[in-house]
Amino acid sequence: MTTKHLQDKDGLVSVTRRDLLKGTSALIIGVAVPPLATISSATAEASVVTRTLNPAQLDTWLAIAADGRVTGYWGKMDMGQGVDTAIAQIIAEELDIDVDIVDIIAGDSALCADQGGASGSTGVNLSGAAFRAAAAEARLVLLEKGSVELGVPLEQLTVSDGVVHRIGDRTQAISYAELVADRMFNEPISWNGRYGNSLALEGRAKPKDPQDYRVVGTSVRRKDIAGKILATTEFLHDVRVPGMLHGRMVRPDVAGARVVSVDEASVEHIPDVQVVVENDFVGVVAPSEWDAIRASKQLKVEWDDGDSGFPTTSDELFDWIRAAEPGESVVEENIGNVDAAFDGAARTIVAEFEWPFQSHARMAGAASVADVRDDAIVVWTDSQKPYDTGKGAKVLLETPINGRRKNAPDYSVRSIWKPGPGSYGRSDAGDGAMDAVLLSEAVGAPVRVQWMRNEGHAWDPKGPASVVTCRAAIDGSGNVAGYHFHIKGFSRADQNSRENAPSEVLAGHLIGHSNTPEWRMQTPAESYGFPNKRYSWDALAPLRQQASPLRTAHFRDPYGPEVHFASESFIDEMAFATETDPLEFRLGLVTDPRDAAVLEAAADLAGWEPHASARRRRDANGNYVGHGIAYATRNGSVNALVAEVEVDPNTGRLWVRRMFVGADHGLIINPFTLDRVIEGNLIQATSRTLFEEVKFNRKMVEISDWVSYPILEAADAPLEIKIRKINRPELDPRGAGEPTTRVVPAAIANAFFDATGVRVRRAPFTRERVKAALQSA
Amino acid sequence: MNKTFTITVDGVEHTLSADPTMPLLYALRNDLGKKGPKFGCGLAQCGACTVIHEGTAVRSCVFPVAAVTGNVRTLDGLGTADNPHPVQQAFIEEEAGQCEYCIGGWIMTATALLEKDPDRSDSEIREALAGLKCRCGTHMAILRAIKRAAGQMRS
Ligand code: FES
Ligand code: FES
Repeated sequence: MTTKHLQDKDGLVSVTRRDLLKGTSALIIGVAVPPLATISSATAEASVVTRTLNPAQLDTWLAIAADGRVTGYWGKMDMGQGVDTAIAQIIAEELDIDVDIVDIIAGDSALCADQGGASGSTGVNLSGAAFRAAAAEARLVLLEKGSVELGVPLEQLTVSDGVVHRIGDRTQAISYAELVADRMFNEPISWNGRYGNSLALEGRAKPKDPQDYRVVGTSVRRKDIAGKILATTEFLHDVRVPGMLHGRMVRPDVAGARVVSVDEASVEHIPDVQVVVENDFVGVVAPSEWDAIRASKQLKVEWDDGDSGFPTTSDELFDWIRAAEPGESVVEENIGNVDAAFDGAARTIVAEFEWPFQSHARMAGAASVADVRDDAIVVWTDSQKPYDTGKGAKVLLETPINGRRKNAPDYSVRSIWKPGPGSYGRSDAGDGAMDAVLLSEAVGAPVRVQWMRNEGHAWDPKGPASVVTCRAAIDGSGNVAGYHFHIKGFSRADQNSRENAPSEVLAGHLIGHSNTPEWRMQTPAESYGFPNKRYSWDALAPLRQQASPLRTAHFRDPYGPEVHFASESFIDEMAFATETDPLEFRLGLVTDPRDAAVLEAAADLAGWEPHASARRRRDANGNYVGHGIAYATRNGSVNALVAEVEVDPNTGRLWVRRMFVGADHGLIINPFTLDRVIEGNLIQATSRTLFEEVKFNRKMVEISDWVSYPILEAADAPLEIKIRKINRPELDPRGAGEPTTRVVPAAIANAFFDATGVRVRRAPFTRERVKAALQSA
Repeated sequence: MNKTFTITVDGVEHTLSADPTMPLLYALRNDLGKKGPKFGCGLAQCGACTVIHEGTAVRSCVFPVAAVTGNVRTLDGLGTADNPHPVQQAFIEEEAGQCEYCIGGWIMTATALLEKDPDRSDSEIREALAGLKCRCGTHMAILRAIKRAAGQMRS
């Protein structure tokens, strides 16, 4: 299969702006575009038709061209994890065609119905189910048409490779292409009336039994790879439209500083620079990118020092959290009688775990091209939620503020997703898009924005900081009678994961819209059958409400690593306190056989040797070596990890040498790609566990680049990662984009304990902290 | 003040007018339409912009246009679909990378390393890759791809 972006074909440049936006209506955004089927066969002008999006019509989802190629119009997008390939596999499977003739068009609001964008590892699971239903229905419709054409009863027909024929007899046959090519299906499909992740379809046709799968479950290769490695694929960053100018933002050195004055004369010497100021939103626009960069550095802005800054610093943060008044407190789970268990305990153990703010820190800061003219907005974005980017741009430009936008037009909007640097949740992508939208609105020309490195680190949304307190009551016979997990930290959603309102983006805050944080936290996800257990949380309001460099948002597996660092470290503490091997302890507690299976798989791969205390083994070089295990579930996926670490007591270097994974993500669509997705999760989470912390003082975050915010490099990559995947054809695919992240921190911490006999309870486990921990032991 | 420069990129001579302090990256992307070298940091800290200048991998985001003296090789010119460079071929076979935004840096660095001598140990390879970033965490596949390429280039 190939992934096509329609605008790649001839370049949006050659499609006029009028064409791009023609045919919009209030209810459904239909936009003039050539359907794929006619691109090569009709003149450009004649081929321009309106593609009307109605999820209850099969044509919204699938099209079959005269050459037999099948296009799926997918309302999500792939963030480099091969999810578009998985969707193509599902389509090919149900339609009985070769996966190589399936094309996927993704994330263009004019072409694809809104399936929620990339979100919560739901790509294969939820949007795949919709395509399974649509493709199965299309096959049935084609069989019915074939039955009429061939004069053969439906039940005597089958499909091979896109050809409808009599079972066991190919003399009477007609291809999909002949049956439907270039025409519409004109067939309804039952739709649950929802957009977004929960959009679901159901046809008359029954999808295949997984036992009959031939394409799903095989290692179809990601064909998008070649174009990216040969530098022929157009990334968002390569989008150039006629008349486009380059924009750069100008940001203060102090969080929340307000503009006092802007000296436009300071950049007058740079050709054709325009300065855009609205409230505290300051940007420059120039025809040359280098000039825009120079102007952003040279523009003299006087900022105040007013109410800016934070009430604490990263050094004092965890004590500050302990003392802070929670904004919301919730008991998520309360089983048995925890208080009674503690009252009757022979002894109790207590431990606290600390996790800092972390930066999304994408490979490049936010970028976007926006074209706001007359009554139309076109925005090119790599946001995971391009539909919300479009909606957000419209609301931003139609909401009166600062005496402006009172007579704003009722904008039509098209958002077009293009691949960009990996994004793992609510990154800065949506923020950059709104910067471009405001700059374009101001100068009346298309504007391309690229955040510089310091913006990508300092101003992107952050993963939240927290303190977890775990307590266990151990009874007279040495069993854990009660367990209490309590997390106190910043909500994970100061910014919504959708940039669909001015309150949810930095640019909105800067022009004066108020932030509207939500209370969202997380507690452990596992199947431990403690008789008495309580999981509770306290959420804290943001350290700064408006335009904060520490505003939190979803960052891969939101609160997964923080929560399970604590819970799975403490499970080991309970195991050792009761003189039990950590694997055996877990196996004795899990109540779901799938959970036991991944634990056993990881342990088996690692050659797990039972131990009921830290072993403090040393290798020939004098380095400590140890193994640790952790496991967790996530929305129906379940993973266990054994980490093997090596600790150099002289340098404090903690190296995760090997990782062994037992992985159950339900039905496996593509084993080859799944391995790589798991590896990516493990390495990124290892980086967060060992290296990443957003330092800040009372004025500002102290991170601005890869030196002040180091991440894992090749030298620290493991020697080996071994994965044993357990396929569950009887289950739906359960999502793999995030679940192996959460098991990493505790597996490393537990391995460190096995190696050294010392517990690390504060992330990241930097060299300095490791050395300090070993010295104080 | 803009000056006129003539630079050779992927074997082709180009003349352009630019501020002498402008890094090569902007000329490659905006004037020459190259897609391979990418902006990641502009600080020589990530490698996304890496090109090969006179046989050495350099960070084009901090390399002034005025400093170009010899041929500049970019990812765009390294190979084609029909005739990929062995390093590209190995990255494709290994499906190295996720978003692929960083990938040019790894490929160009590995190419410069292996073209000099493909006989490299694991630690030599890791050392040569110091400073390169991959936020998607695809280091395992990247290392496998480079070793695969080295094997092919040795034979
Ligand atoms: S962009 Fe040049 S090293 Fe990062
Ligand atoms: S593959 Fe995404 S940054 Fe390397």
